[in-house]
Amino acid sequence: MKISKNGTAKSTNDKHTLSVLVSYNLNALLRIIGIFSGKGFEIDSISFGSGKESNLARITITTHGDEQIIEQITKQLHKIIDVVKVNDLTYDSFVERELALIKVNATRSSRSEIMQIAQVFRAKVIDISPQKLAIEVTGNRDKVNAFIGMLDPFGIDEIARTGSVALKREFEGTV
Amino acid sequence: MKSIDSAETDDATPSSETAFLNGAEILIRTLKDINVDTIFGYPGGAVLPVYDELFDVHDLNHVLIRHEQAGSHAADGYARATGKPGVVLVTSGPGGTNTVTGIATAAMDSIPMVVFTGQVPTNMIGNDAFQEADIVGITRPITKQNYLVKDVNNLERVIREAFHVATSGRPGPVLVDLPKDMIQNKCQYSGQKEVSIPSYKPTREGHSTQISKAAHLLSNAKKPLIYAGGGVVLGEAWKELTDMAERLNIPVTTTLMGLGGFPEGKPQSLGMLGMHGTYYANMATTECDVLLAVGARFDDRVTGRLDGFSPNSKKIHIDIDPSNIGKNVPVDVPIVGDVKKVLPAIDRQAQKPAIDDWWDTINTWKKEHPLIIPESSDTIKPQLMVQRISEVTNGEAIVVTDVGQHQMWAAQHYTFNHPQSFLSSGGLGTMGYGFPAAMGAALGCPDRPVVCITGDGGFQMTIYELATAVEYEIPIKIAIMNNNCLGMVRQWQELFYNKRYSHSILKKGNPDFVKLAESYGAAGFRASNPKEMDSVLEQAMEINDRPVVMDFVVEEFENCYPMVPSGAALNEMVEGEE
Repeated sequence: MKISKNGTAKSTNDKHTLSVLVSYNLNALLRIIGIFSGKGFEIDSISFGSGKESNLARITITTHGDEQIIEQITKQLHKIIDVVKVNDLTYDSFVERELALIKVNATRSSRSEIMQIAQVFRAKVIDISPQKLAIEVTGNRDKVNAFIGMLDPFGIDEIARTGSVALKREFEGTV
Repeated sequence: MKSIDSAETDDATPSSETAFLNGAEILIRTLKDINVDTIFGYPGGAVLPVYDELFDVHDLNHVLIRHEQAGSHAADGYARATGKPGVVLVTSGPGGTNTVTGIATAAMDSIPMVVFTGQVPTNMIGNDAFQEADIVGITRPITKQNYLVKDVNNLERVIREAFHVATSGRPGPVLVDLPKDMIQNKCQYSGQKEVSIPSYKPTREGHSTQISKAAHLLSNAKKPLIYAGGGVVLGEAWKELTDMAERLNIPVTTTLMGLGGFPEGKPQSLGMLGMHGTYYANMATTECDVLLAVGARFDDRVTGRLDGFSPNSKKIHIDIDPSNIGKNVPVDVPIVGDVKKVLPAIDRQAQKPAIDDWWDTINTWKKEHPLIIPESSDTIKPQLMVQRISEVTNGEAIVVTDVGQHQMWAAQHYTFNHPQSFLSSGGLGTMGYGFPAAMGAALGCPDRPVVCITGDGGFQMTIYELATAVEYEIPIKIAIMNNNCLGMVRQWQELFYNKRYSHSILKKGNPDFVKLAESYGAAGFRASNPKEMDSVLEQAMEINDRPVVMDFVVEEFENCYPMVPSGAALNEMVEGEE
């Protein structure tokens, strides 16, 4: 166990969420992915979309590894010419969301139960047919995983997940 | 997107004759503006517009190499010898892919280089057009940055950016892919010299607190050692290093890439460390209490087994690339910055440490375990060959090597007193690098003697460049350490694979190098004993209008020592045969 700068204990093989600001071009994205494949780092999820300024994009990467590996990943990302900023959000307070679309088998008898579960997760039914329901859920990774776990017994047909997007929280006081 | 045809009919009414240029003109004008004087290139369909433009250009040397791989090595040699970026111009498809080995070689050793590749016109990209290759995709992992120009209005800016990126921070190769319409279309030439990349600002000044810590550690050290790498040469910090090491009287060992960064004639020099380093350098590294790493990257060939590498020292690491720091070895005082700026800052604050006992220990090691040149009067010992070349050239030559036994012997036995004088593929270990890189070095430094120490294996990988060397009357001296085998492979097979010499003996296929040289119009000599070698060297040094090939038939089964076997710690050297 290592202690991070704000005093919380972190295991050495923790999940890390990196927020990377880059020039908006395909070469930059490919170079970032290339760092992971070429140097043997892991990507758990990656999302890429335009940022505040139209010529910049924010890439959110979730990865895992010990402190030294994460430090190397951060440094290697920094080395890419088009990378403006790399933030490891893990030690800060941050908001993280992932969106998943899940198509689940739903018979007449199971449909209402599924919709109740969806309600608990504040998920939305976005498509309905006699045999299936399509549901949209938003939340952090754990919540999305839990929701998928709940739907699994009904028989999941297809899933599309975005991977995490994240931003640092501004208010850092104790809640 | 303009088609080729519209570009060709485009030259009707340029607003200003001088400033409204086609892409090829912009390329050449920008290169001249950046003070590029030499390009290594090979023409082909996609770059013909540039070659047509070059036909009338006389203040920019274009060197027609015979294979694009050699072109990228030649540009690399030019860059290492001059400190200026090497420039390559090749066509699309195979022209580009042939440069890949040279680009990767430059990337591993942080050599500034800009490669221009032709490309099929933008409207044909992705169609599997003739001689199309996604060279930007292919070279992405081996370039510091690369560009596909999609609008001629960006061309000039991209060229200037490419040179800026290649030469600043930790240098490296940059590739610019030029679709044919981009060099035919016209636009305004701006002459705007400034380059600004908001996301790219390398740190040059070291952190003052860290510098004070480093100075404090060095001042109070009992057994300090400076471990200097290629960053000293690339960062042109040899004077700063020498001043500091001499004033503080601290021993200096250099890596393969750092050779010449500290003069080996100085008493503080311990020569090279690492797998084939000197006994005293490796022992000093193991025993020291403060290790100052300067522009080095703790490569596995330097450190040996990591847990045995300098186990008791506090480590200070200066490097311009933060990702090098703490990558392989934990560091106590990291300093991100330009060695040329950080070294004098440490020097100003450090006191001369009291280390007489340390020097006694080192001098005893030096006396008891020197590098050995085995005696032999009837055969040429490879070590002697290097030593004689060192003597004949007074240690003043630029020495360029291939990869293997001869490379290590050259590193050990040539006395390097100048920076930018040992050119070798350290990181990638590219056979075939030596000869073309030597051509590039000779063209960049026409006033210095250039010796290519190579092997019979490595030389044959790029031997066709004899044509280029003859055409441009490049008077390099090629000394083949001819043991009729792939020496280092054979040595490992002898030591670790029960002498099963699997595919490492070249004897049957080796050509008559003397006749081969002569057929190209180069001078050729052969020597098989020390006496002949001396006379060949003497004759060779007199020739100044063409390349000289010296076939030195050396002891075949000589092994290179000292050697730290793979997986051993630095102080577990094998010093020679039992």
